[in-house]
Amino acid sequence: MFTSRGLVATAFALVSLNAVSDPKGVETPRLGQQLEPQEVHSITVWPDGKGLPPGSGNAVTGQKVYAQQCQACHGLSGKDGINDTLVGGQVAPTSLPKLRTVGSYWPYATSLFDYVRRAMPYRTPGSLSDDEVYAVVAYLLFKNGVIEEDLTLNAAQLSKVNLPNRQRFYSEYELP
Amino acid sequence: MAKKQPANPIANSAGNGLLDRRLFLTGGLASLGIALSPVVNASESTINRARKPWMQSPGRALGDYGQPSQHEAAVVREGRTSQVGTLGSGASRTPLQDLQGTITPSGLHFERHHSGIPDIHPEQLQLSVQGLVKQPLKFSLNDLARYPLTTKTYFLECSGNSAVNLGPNPALLTCGGIHGLVSASEWTGVPVSYLLDEAGIDSKAKWVVAEGADAARMNRSIPLDKMLDDALLALYQNGERLRPEQGYPVRLLLPGYEGNTSVKWLHRLEVSAQPAMSRQETSKYTDLNLDGRAEMFTFEMGVKSAITSPSGNQQLTGKGYYEISGLAWSGYGPVRKVDVSADGGKTWAAAQLEEPILDKSLTRFRIPWHWDGTPCTLLSRAADAQNHQPTRAQYTKAKGTSGFYHYNAMQAWRIEADGGIHNVYV
Repeated sequence: MFTSRGLVATAFALVSLNAVSDPKGVETPRLGQQLEPQEVHSITVWPDGKGLPPGSGNAVTGQKVYAQQCQACHGLSGKDGINDTLVGGQVAPTSLPKLRTVGSYWPYATSLFDYVRRAMPYRTPGSLSDDEVYAVVAYLLFKNGVIEEDLTLNAAQLSKVNLPNRQRFYSEYELP
Repeated sequence: MAKKQPANPIANSAGNGLLDRRLFLTGGLASLGIALSPVVNASESTINRARKPWMQSPGRALGDYGQPSQHEAAVVREGRTSQVGTLGSGASRTPLQDLQGTITPSGLHFERHHSGIPDIHPEQLQLSVQGLVKQPLKFSLNDLARYPLTTKTYFLECSGNSAVNLGPNPALLTCGGIHGLVSASEWTGVPVSYLLDEAGIDSKAKWVVAEGADAARMNRSIPLDKMLDDALLALYQNGERLRPEQGYPVRLLLPGYEGNTSVKWLHRLEVSAQPAMSRQETSKYTDLNLDGRAEMFTFEMGVKSAITSPSGNQQLTGKGYYEISGLAWSGYGPVRKVDVSADGGKTWAAAQLEEPILDKSLTRFRIPWHWDGTPCTLLSRAADAQNHQPTRAQYTKAKGTSGFYHYNAMQAWRIEADGGIHNVYV
């Protein structure tokens, strides 16, 4: 049976063993537990294509996915929906109306895959298979005149897609 | 020979009735002939022993969680809008014109969500620190709460705040309706640097991608230097655990940065050599310039101010004394100065800044004013150590009107002869 004094001594010993000063001189308890390799998850797709999953799809199958999953909010043509316009717009928009579509504004095609897989369809995010995401991404790139209808997109192909407005993006930060 | 009159210490400090900001301190109101009558007439209060209804019986019971007076029920978030067909993908604004001081009541903090407000059980949230680190780590909420905590007061501002003033005609909205995507809170949490140091940062690391656990898994790339400098994992807001709409149980809080980067419902920090170029930091939250080029990663919110009282859609009740009061802030550091004009920008007077003037927080400014009953235009302009708030004309000349984000030009309020007040461009 521990005495209260024993408890204090034990607690003190634990702190002494675990606490390590951080560079700002603050002792922290260092309670982080090791994240095992099988526990490391990420759905980030990077602009160089890193993070893109296996799988593939083209605009023909993508049109079917779009009709079932996207059309209700984004419209039959991608231009006439109740929510964000996905198709059209003038590259390098400088004045209103500012149609910031994949074709006219977005700098990276990889961001489109990342976003569709991450957050769409709005009511059931995460419900599309990777093949379906590739397909609907291919469909949107085709409708924006970026790729041919029969191009099958996979990780390698999508990484190579250049969007027309890419060169107009810049930053004070050094970017790869 | 007539003696020269000593300078009047309470002379007007700028045109159209702006008085010296130290008026109250010097007791100058009385010498101006403005009578300060006592609130209750003493002789009447001793004679009149009648009790008001609320004094005739005990009041209501003690309560578990206090609410504002029922007589303040009209003070609510305003301008609530969500994308068509959704209820939680949009924004609601702080009613700045109804509030005083600098701390925003938690329930009136502005909201901006991309896929509604998730209901997260605190025991089920795990924060992962992974990517370019020596040892990927996971933390439970209980773990985080055991770290040495830091409390700081910071403003948070959506970078789309005030953008309605880029429109061709001034919108006839309240101050909150125009500028209410800014709020300030006392935030308590764990410096992000503690966890990054514990995981061990790889020498190639330059960015950290923060991801939320909402349905949109909203993510932003943050420079590693910012994360190591003053980034906070906020657990508490104004003394209590975060409100669900502010990221319960843990959010990122990046002082001075555009609000979107302070990712709510945080569950993952991914250390990397490059930014993710997520949708939010490319197709949204980038600054479109006049030449068609768009700047990415414009994080700091520029220096800004707005008069909250008197302000749009309020009503002056007749000529005479008013206090002009408002808020100023900058994502670059403490507010250094606020000037106020009551003649459309022709002349300016320095407003009193209320202490404490905190770094990257809201600062309250005040200046007394005597309205002569004629139409006029009120303006405020703020400055920090390096930057001056631009006029609307200066801003739109430099940046155009299509950029949408980071609009920080001066707000003008037109006061009509009947005391009505509305938004105006000067």
